[in-house]
Amino acid sequence: MAKRLSKASLNGFLNYGLVILAFLVVEMMRSSGQISNSLNGQLVPICAYVCMAVSLNLTVGVLGELSLGHAGFMGVGAFSGVVAAVSLTNIIPSNGLRLLLSILIGGLLAGAAGFLVGVPVLRLRGDYLAIVTLAFGEIIKNIVNCLYIGVDSAGLHVSMTNSTALGLAEGGKVIMNGPMGATGVPKLSSFTAGFLLVLFTLFIVQNLVQSRAGRAIMAIRDNRIAAESVGIGITRYKLTAFITSAMLAGMSGALFAMNYSTIVAKKFDFNTSILVLVFVVLGGMGNIRGSIIAATVLTILPEMLRAFSDYRMLVYAIVLIVIMLATNNQKFRSLLSRALPHLREGLPAHAAGKGGSTHE
Amino acid sequence: MMKTKLLSILLALSMVAALAGCGGASSSAPASSSASASSSTSASSQEAASSESGDAAPESSSATAIKIGFIGPLTGGAAIYGNAAKNGAQIAIDEINALDSGIQFEFNPQDDEHDAEKSVNAYNILKDWGMQILCGTVTTNPCIAVGAESYADRIFTLTPSASSTAVIEGKDNVFQMCFTDPNQGVASAQYIAEQQLGSKIAVIYNNADAYSTGIYEKFASEAANQGLEIVSTTTFTDDTATDFSVQLTDAKNAGADLLFLPIYYTPASLILTQAQSMGYSPKVFGVDGMDGILTLENFDTTLAEGVMLLTPFAADATDERTVSFVQKYTEQFNETPNQFAADAYDCIYAIYEACQKAGITPDQSAADICEKMIAAFTAEDFTFNGLTGEGMTWSTTGEVSKAPKGMVIQNGAYTGM
Repeated sequence: MAKRLSKASLNGFLNYGLVILAFLVVEMMRSSGQISNSLNGQLVPICAYVCMAVSLNLTVGVLGELSLGHAGFMGVGAFSGVVAAVSLTNIIPSNGLRLLLSILIGGLLAGAAGFLVGVPVLRLRGDYLAIVTLAFGEIIKNIVNCLYIGVDSAGLHVSMTNSTALGLAEGGKVIMNGPMGATGVPKLSSFTAGFLLVLFTLFIVQNLVQSRAGRAIMAIRDNRIAAESVGIGITRYKLTAFITSAMLAGMSGALFAMNYSTIVAKKFDFNTSILVLVFVVLGGMGNIRGSIIAATVLTILPEMLRAFSDYRMLVYAIVLIVIMLATNNQKFRSLLSRALPHLREGLPAHAAGKGGSTHE
Repeated sequence: MMKTKLLSILLALSMVAALAGCGGASSSAPASSSASASSSTSASSQEAASSESGDAAPESSSATAIKIGFIGPLTGGAAIYGNAAKNGAQIAIDEINALDSGIQFEFNPQDDEHDAEKSVNAYNILKDWGMQILCGTVTTNPCIAVGAESYADRIFTLTPSASSTAVIEGKDNVFQMCFTDPNQGVASAQYIAEQQLGSKIAVIYNNADAYSTGIYEKFASEAANQGLEIVSTTTFTDDTATDFSVQLTDAKNAGADLLFLPIYYTPASLILTQAQSMGYSPKVFGVDGMDGILTLENFDTTLAEGVMLLTPFAADATDERTVSFVQKYTEQFNETPNQFAADAYDCIYAIYEACQKAGITPDQSAADICEKMIAAFTAEDFTFNGLTGEGMTWSTTGEVSKAPKGMVIQNGAYTGM
């Protein structure tokens, strides 16, 4: 028992090490000017997508519930983070502190949204969470499309009709302008902030998974009836995992939004949810390191494929299929584990076992 | 086991090959237009393609030509705008390079799928390529994101068609070739009032779209000034743009005799079809997004008969430059150019004239070029005559000033009003 635990935490430390190593290498490349503008511009989105994938992995891989609206939580975090960052411009002049606060607010609100969605749905058996989160993502998109928020000396103004109805005083600023989304977003995000958020996400998720609560969550995934019979409070543990996942998605959303000067609700639609789900599935459900690597590679890949111009999405799809087939191929796996012996132990056994059986 | 895997990979590959074949065969697909573009321009775009892989391109190849980057949606839902603009710009580049004027352009179009994130990625790819001037981006939201980057990097930016005021706000290096959205709304209301086109107006607009909402808001406030009566205002979103019977019934019951549609042509075509099937035939007035309705596949163009629209460009104008442009475009890309193509064509020529005036040479840095181009564009004596307007001038905010043209569709073609 003790040996298994230490193996799991060793695995966790390996993930931290991987992330820190990647950060140091990229920082060295940046300081010596060896990095291309293209890769340099993608660093923050990569960090955001890594956090998204790791947090979704908590819901899909560890809890075993399918969520199709993870981008919705990202959107909640993104827009609330932007509103916080803009409205606090005068109160907190320090950019770093303002970013931190916006990310926290984004995470809190996304967590609250996760609570609202989770409380009724996670009591049910079956794939209801998938259906409800799918709708949740669309609802968020539509709410943001008719939400107008502005700030002036008197504080925040909110309207559902149009920007003139905000009644902003002289010098007021419209932060969210309905379908035009948020424009004039301050660019506060940096690679360092993204790196710290990835570490934070890893810390939360890995510690949760290895804790007593984490074992309870996995017990629910593996056999609900057995878990219930030993006295595990199903709804409570499901909610814990789901809200944590939503909160982390909101934090990465705030980081993502503050890397671009404009952000629209359409960005956080169904397609982005599926994109993140693809990261998780390709990386291996329940496999944290797989999520990190898949999110990084699959974010960079479309840009690397620009040479194929119009055919690049076709090539992208082929690459996805090939990865799927290759990673499920016994011969390839044994070849890989022979080449990298530590991987055999490194890959959590449950990742392989439960890949297809998350839903009965 | 292994055999089936191999077989499935092979099958997948052959399916992809078949799909790729389809893409090449259909005439209006982006694939074919880009293929013909690269074959027609030989060196420039092939160099572009080879340097697209993300690594910094060798500087030596650029010594003789000014590098112009282009960003637009070449795939995805807004591809028709991006491809039209790219093709228009390509024609202008070819023409200028064929002139022996001492200025040569190298052109590199990149796809952004109408997404801000992808657009900034494309912008960074172009920076690696060594872009000196940016022609783009085509759509509004990506342009706001890219504009912020180009403002920080000091790269001169001229957008053919990103029409929101947020695109140019607070950025002295970003200029527009098209009208701003508010201008279109105001101009439409004034035009309708002046020409007395209707007394009771119904508006159907897309409230999930910045372009549509921007025009509607200004139209509504200007309509009140002009004494126009708006009797019905209904909305839709991209997700509900398949059925307009509710909106049309509302307009019909309110007795509207003029339908104002500040929307793109795809939903507009559906509205026209459904209005006809319910026996409702008001006058229809559109804005520049309506341009393209005549080339829409599977659309009965007789339904568009009598539709009025405010657009700066008409493909059947008889002046020499438009005729030559339309002829070249039709030859190369097998379709009639729309306003986006003309805007991008004008962009390249405006950049060309400003380059001549400011004495830009390929060896200057992007930041130097940026300052000189800003000075040239905002100079008192800089006026530009293009396909989309005569005597265009730019203010220091980056906004263009040109006169809108009212067009009406008669016998399947635009006619000046």
